Amino acid sequence: MQALYAQLLVGLINGSFYALLSLGLAVIFGMLNIINFAHGALYMMGAFCAYFLLNLANIGYWPALIIAPVAVGIFGMILERTLLRWLTGLDHLYGLLLTFGLALIIQGIFQNYFGSSGLPYSIPDALKGGANLGFMYLPIYRGWVVVFSLVVCLLTWYLIERTRLGAYLRAATENPTLVRAFGINVPRMITLTYGLGVGLAALAGVLSAPINQVRPQMGADLIIVVFAVVVIGGMGSIMGSIITGFALGVIEGLTKYFYPEASNTVVFVLMVLVLLVKPTGLTGRAN
Amino acid sequence: MKSRISALLLGTVLAFTAANFAFAQDKTVKVGALSDQSGLYSDLGGPGSTLAAQMAVEDSGLTGKGWKIDVISADHLNKPDVGANIARQWFDVDKVDIIVDVPNSGVALAVSNIVKEKNGIFIDSGAGTSDLTNAQCTPNTIHWTYDTYMLAHGTGSALTKNGGDTWFFLTADYAFGAALERDTTTAVLAAGGKVLGGIKHPLNTSDFSSFLLQAQASKAKVVGLANAGGDTTNAIKQAAEFGLTQGGQKMAALLLFISDVHALGLNTAQGLNFTETFYWDMNDQTRAFSKRFQERMKNHTMPTMVHAGVYSSLLHYFKALEALGGNPHDGAKVVAKMKEMPTDDPLFGKGSIEPNGRKIHPAYLFEVKTPSESKGPWDYYKLLATIPADEAFTPLDKSTCSLLKK
Repeated sequence: MQALYAQLLVGLINGSFYALLSLGLAVIFGMLNIINFAHGALYMMGAFCAYFLLNLANIGYWPALIIAPVAVGIFGMILERTLLRWLTGLDHLYGLLLTFGLALIIQGIFQNYFGSSGLPYSIPDALKGGANLGFMYLPIYRGWVVVFSLVVCLLTWYLIERTRLGAYLRAATENPTLVRAFGINVPRMITLTYGLGVGLAALAGVLSAPINQVRPQMGADLIIVVFAVVVIGGMGSIMGSIITGFALGVIEGLTKYFYPEASNTVVFVLMVLVLLVKPTGLTGRAN
Repeated sequence: MKSRISALLLGTVLAFTAANFAFAQDKTVKVGALSDQSGLYSDLGGPGSTLAAQMAVEDSGLTGKGWKIDVISADHLNKPDVGANIARQWFDVDKVDIIVDVPNSGVALAVSNIVKEKNGIFIDSGAGTSDLTNAQCTPNTIHWTYDTYMLAHGTGSALTKNGGDTWFFLTADYAFGAALERDTTTAVLAAGGKVLGGIKHPLNTSDFSSFLLQAQASKAKVVGLANAGGDTTNAIKQAAEFGLTQGGQKMAALLLFISDVHALGLNTAQGLNFTETFYWDMNDQTRAFSKRFQERMKNHTMPTMVHAGVYSSLLHYFKALEALGGNPHDGAKVVAKMKEMPTDDPLFGKGSIEPNGRKIHPAYLFEVKTPSESKGPWDYYKLLATIPADEAFTPLDKSTCSLLKK
C-alpha cells in the first residue's frame, strides 16, 4: 500500500510536466488554431537556455526560470511573425507540417553540436535533499515542481478564462474582423499568445533540466505523449488539458507499478478508448 | 541466323569478361557503418563510428596501394526492421561488403541473419548480446568490442565479491537488457549472491522514479542497471535524487561508456564501478588515436570503446584482405581468414578471434574518479583491475555456438 502512495505521488510529478506542456499546446490551438508540433523542440530549447545561462553567463536556476521562457518566447514570436502567420486560414495540416519540420530542424541543429547523451544540470542548492514522508523519500525538487507548475497552470487558466485580456483573445479567435473593429490589434495579440504558449513550454524545459539530462531529444520523446494528453482532454480546452495532464501522469505511474512494460503505451490505449467513446475529448465541445 | 551469331558472340564476350573479373585482383571495398545516428545510442556509436571507420581506411594504407575503399553510413533508428531493410539494400543494391558497429542488440541480431543469408561480413562493435557468439552465431559475424558475458563477469562478480550480495535489476526491455540480466544473474549466483527481483522498463525511458522506488523498496544492496546510454544516465542521475545511494544501496552500471560519464558529470558519476575494454588514456597509442579522433569529431568528444572497436576491427579486416591479395566478395572466406590471423592493433593490443566469432582481448574494471582526482577534461577513469583476455569472455567449452560442433 505504501508503494502505491509513492507511485501516485511520482505520477503527479510527471503529470505536472504533461499539464504544463499540454496547457501551452491548448492555448496555442485554442487561440491560433495551430497544432504546434514544435512544442517539444521549444521545451528542449528552454532547458538548453537554462544550461547556457548557467555555464556561459553564470546565471543560476532562479533567474533562468524567468529569462529562459522569455527568451524562448521571443524566439517563438519571431517564428509566428515570419512563418506561421502565412498559414492563417489554411487547413490545420499545413501548420502541423510546418511546425513538425521546424522541430526536426531545431533538434537536428542541437544534436549536431551537443550529441545525444545530454548535458548535466544540477538541482539548485535551495531545493537539494529530500523529505521522508513515511511511505517514500520525496526529493524536495520534485515537490517544488508539482506545486510550481500547478500554480502556473491555474494562473494561465485564470488569465485566459477570467480576465478582460483573455476575453479579447477568445473573442479574437471567434471573429477577428469584429474584434479588430473595436480597435484591438489582433495580429499582435496572436503573436503574444503564441509567445505565451511557447514560454510555457520553455518553463517546463527549465523545470525538467535538473531532473533529466538536457538532451536534444528530450522534447521529441515527450511531445507525442503530450499530444495524446491534449487529444484526451479535448483540443483547445484549457482546464481539460490541465486536469488530463495530471490524471494521465498518475495513470502512467500506476502502470509503471503494476505492469512496467506497458508504461509507454498506456496513454495511447486511453487515447484510443476516449476517441472511440467521445471523439471531441473528455472536455471538448462538438462544433 | 544473323541474330543467332551475334547472340553467340555476345555470350562469348560476356563469358570472357566475367572470367577476367574473377581472375583480376578486385581491390574495391565498401564499408557500411550502420548505427543509431540520432537516438539514445548515437553518442556511443553513431557519427563517431563512421569517423572511426574512415580513420581505419586512412590508417590501413591500402588506398596508397591501389585499393578503392568507400565508407557509407545509415541510421537504423533502433528498430530491427529498419536495420534489416538497410542491410538488405546495402548488399543487394549498394554492393556493401562489410557492416560495422550496429549498437542495439535487437537490430544486431536481425542484421546478423541477413548478413549470413547474403554471405557478407558483420563485425559488431556496438551491441552487447552474447547470443551473437552463442546460440545465434554465424560464420559471417565477428563480435569485437564487448559482450554481456564480459560485463556480467567483470562488474557483476567484482561487486558481489565485495559484499554486494543481493541484487535488484532495472532492465531495458529488449534483447540486450534480457541478455545482460541473464548473464549477470549467472555471475552473481556463481559468486554466492542472490537476486531479489527486477523490473523491465521500455527502451528510452526518461523518468525512472517509479522503477527506482521499487528498487529502493526491495532493500537489495546492489541495483543493477541492465541498460545503456541515455537510459543508464537517467537512472543514475535520478537514483541520486531519490536518495538510493545515501540509503546505502550501490548502483551498478553494468554497461557504461565514457560518453555517459561525460554526460553525467563527475559529481554524479563518481565512484561508479564498471567494465570496459578501452579507455583513451591507457597508453601512448590510445592517447594518440583518441586525440586525432577528438579533433575530427564534431562535438569534440573522446572515442568510446565502440568507436575504438570499429577502428581496430576494420584495420584487422583490411589486413586480411591484403593477405588474400584482393577482395573475394565472399564473406565467409574473409571471416575465416580473419579468424586464422592473430590480431594486433594500437588500441586493443594483441589478441585473437575465436572460432565462434568472439574477439578476445583483456577487459578492465574501472572506477569513475572524484572531481578532485580528475586532472583535466576527460580524465575520468581509475583502473581497478585488469581481467586477462582468456578470462574476460565466454570460455569456448561453454559457448553454445553451432560452429563449434564438429
